[in-house]
Amino acid sequence: MSRELFKFKGGVHPPEHKSESSTHPIHAAPLPRKLVIPLRQHIGQVAKPVVNVGDRVLKGQMIGAADGYISAAVHASSSGVVTAIDLQPVPHISGLPDLCISIETDSRDEWIDHAPLDYQAMVPADLRMQLRDLGLAGLGGAVFPSAAKLDPGAAHSCPTLILNGGECEPWITCDDVLMRHHADEILQGVAVMRHLLGSTGILVGIEDNKPEAIAAMQAAAQKVDFAVEVVAVPTIYPGGGAKQMIQTLTGKQVPSGKLSTDIGIQVFNVGTAHALARAVHHGEPLISRLVTVTGHVLRRQNFVVLIGTPMHTLITLAGDRDGTTGVLMGGPMMGVPMPNLEVPVVKATNCILVKSNELFPPLPRALPCIRCTRCADACPAELQPQELFRFAKAGDFGRAQEYHLFDCIECGCCSYVCPSHIPLVDFYRYAKSEIWAREKEKRAADLARERHEFRQFRLEREKKEKAEKLAAKAQAKRAELAAEPAAAGSAPSDADAKKALIAAALARAQAKKAETMPKNIDHLPPDKQREIEEIEARRAKIREMARQPLESEEKP
Amino acid sequence: MPAPFILDRSSVTQVMAWVLAALLPGIAVSVWLFGPGILVTLSLAIVTALAAEAAMLKARGYPATPFLTDLSAIVTAWLLALSLPTLAPWWLIVTGTLFAIVVAKHLYGGLGQNIFNPAMVGYAVLIVSFPVQMTQWAGPLSLTETPLTLAQSASVIFGGEFPKATLDAVTMATPLDALRTGLLQQYTVDEIITQPIFGHYGGVGFEWLAAAFLLGGLLLWALRIISWHVPLAFLAGIWLTAGFLHFFDPGRFGAPWFHLFAPSVMLGAFFIATDPVSGATTPRGKLIFGLGAGFLTIVIRTWGGYPDGVAFAILLLNLCVPLIDQYTQPRVYGEARKGKEPQA
Ligand code: SF4
Ligand code: SF4
Repeated sequence: MSRELFKFKGGVHPPEHKSESSTHPIHAAPLPRKLVIPLRQHIGQVAKPVVNVGDRVLKGQMIGAADGYISAAVHASSSGVVTAIDLQPVPHISGLPDLCISIETDSRDEWIDHAPLDYQAMVPADLRMQLRDLGLAGLGGAVFPSAAKLDPGAAHSCPTLILNGGECEPWITCDDVLMRHHADEILQGVAVMRHLLGSTGILVGIEDNKPEAIAAMQAAAQKVDFAVEVVAVPTIYPGGGAKQMIQTLTGKQVPSGKLSTDIGIQVFNVGTAHALARAVHHGEPLISRLVTVTGHVLRRQNFVVLIGTPMHTLITLAGDRDGTTGVLMGGPMMGVPMPNLEVPVVKATNCILVKSNELFPPLPRALPCIRCTRCADACPAELQPQELFRFAKAGDFGRAQEYHLFDCIECGCCSYVCPSHIPLVDFYRYAKSEIWAREKEKRAADLARERHEFRQFRLEREKKEKAEKLAAKAQAKRAELAAEPAAAGSAPSDADAKKALIAAALARAQAKKAETMPKNIDHLPPDKQREIEEIEARRAKIREMARQPLESEEKP
Repeated sequence: MPAPFILDRSSVTQVMAWVLAALLPGIAVSVWLFGPGILVTLSLAIVTALAAEAAMLKARGYPATPFLTDLSAIVTAWLLALSLPTLAPWWLIVTGTLFAIVVAKHLYGGLGQNIFNPAMVGYAVLIVSFPVQMTQWAGPLSLTETPLTLAQSASVIFGGEFPKATLDAVTMATPLDALRTGLLQQYTVDEIITQPIFGHYGGVGFEWLAAAFLLGGLLLWALRIISWHVPLAFLAGIWLTAGFLHFFDPGRFGAPWFHLFAPSVMLGAFFIATDPVSGATTPRGKLIFGLGAGFLTIVIRTWGGYPDGVAFAILLLNLCVPLIDQYTQPRVYGEARKGKEPQA
């Protein structure tokens, strides 16, 4: 424990509310009558359904296939019959339904054939494909497909592997409980990660408000044949954010617009490591996860839950109470309000937080910004939230981007400390969505212009070709008269030149496009891509939300 | 409502309440050393400010809660009252407060929108328009023979008949005024400070008032309601500028300690230049803001037409805030340091 730790800037200390749920044993949630399994549970390409309505499926059977490299398969969490493949409400901030496969379970819970993987004997690329097909995705909340993250890429190795047991959001304890009870399995998963990434240094960062988890992980670390350093890090929100964990443990910052692997570091959540161990050593796809059910319920605790289980069954299980004012997926800082309780538990569901007016009093009315810069002091991205707010509110999105809007991780620290109670994060989401929308429109316009230019170019070319052909014909005739062969030799080089011309034109158009792209949204990591889609979806809604405080400030 | 769903306990009202609390030591010292006149001034300013605020909110269509109850109007009233002479006539107080609340605050868009510090706008308007009335400072009790009671102070302020002789006996020039007048009459600093009004560091009594404001300011800093940047830079700006001048010609320029221990400087450093709304927001910007205001304060005191320069210095710096902020944006997480690779 002699490791030197580094402080990241900002952060807040909201009340933790962890012990309520972390001290209880894990229970298995019962098998529900019906499972609703969304095809989009991860960042990247949505999975493609590979079953039909009426099919009988077995537990662990793939029902949606990964589509592309950044994707993950989805599986039936239990045996039963597919009753529908259609749009269903899903736990998503947009509140919009998404494509899901519904399964009526037969209570037999019959497994499909599955076998452990001999991962050390496998070609890494094949192993990664297997993991993708077993549906592995980050369980810390970002649900990035794990297979893609286990690819060291051109560097051939990623020296530092960080296992993130930070779990800094209040109320949530699923990682804590997982580490307490399954430390050995977590490290089995780490062994696989280490194998694929070629990592030499392995750090496990756990906030120091989880002494039991730290002890359990340290005990497990003694038993493995590779060096694992379990480090207690200070408890501060958002210390469990990947970028913050990296800085705390290594003192390094991930350069803006780059990935942590660019500085030789990869970060995984402890739950992901556990799921990976289940996948490799048992051949089990990702069909269940640990979920904290807490807040305004009778028994706050963690459940092992099958993916696709409706949330209301869990709340009933934990004991629902009068006075419930809403349900969040996730914690109070970044959680997403649920449109209804029919929505299923998905791979990203770490916590179901039931609200009441006592635990979560309605937020007071927002006052104007008094430029006190408490938000800036609290911002872990080291931004100037008050300026971002000013620009976003004024619709000056260009300035907002100049002030690094897209480096905002939406952690909510700024809103948390704001004495004027301004819902700042809302304004940032709104500004981001507006920028994406404009960008999309501009892309469409650019594309149209490019098409037009290319058409002009083609017409020109065809004209020229026609003339050339005519000339060639004439010449050929003349040549025919003169001698037999020749002519053919010049054609390929001519075609090459044409190709080069087209390529040059395209490159020019591309360059032009790049020039007109707004700053600081290029070099987007792939997870941003999904973010864009999400933002698109919730745009209308957010705009609505954002307008209210706007208006109330102008004229309440 | 979207995330986050929890809030820190802080609120604008709470921030303002702490500012008021931090002003209490200064008020107590003022009563103790200069008599109870300040209490009359403060009360009058509060009543005027709240009435003006309520009227303006109504006119602009804002509800009384939370806008009237946020205490910001009272903070403005107190800061203005504490900058005014303790025996200033009532209409001076009312005019200044009205100007601060109606024009400097609400006509600029209300809470959070004002470019200039409202209290300083009120002060500047008064000193430009009514320079004579702005010198009716009650002298330190230790130097006046017949200190005024609360009732007597009130009757002076409200213009009740009061023998001119008595008034002359209880009011006197502030040390800054005395220094200024003395210098204009070709006395040297050493000669001037032999007058009884001059104390150890600043003026008799005035240095204690300054210390009380300093104490309140340190309280605000300890509570993290203000950061150290502006006060420290402001005081440093004063000290360096005054020290520089004093070093070259101690006969013509007051000592840096003397300048530092004026109540207006401490009030300015901890309560006025730190006003978040009209001040710079970035750490480096705050340093520039403070240094600039300190420098200008001494320049105006020395060469300007008014005895004190704090208000004008801060107002001038208020004007520069957008520029200062724009050019002092700090590096964000993961951004390359200037001329260096991102720390990796
Ligand atoms: S914390 Fe709130 S009031 Fe203070 S500067 Fe930030 S946005 Fe403005
Ligand atoms: S939400 Fe964005 S601006 Fe606010 S504190 Fe977090 S990173 Fe900073």
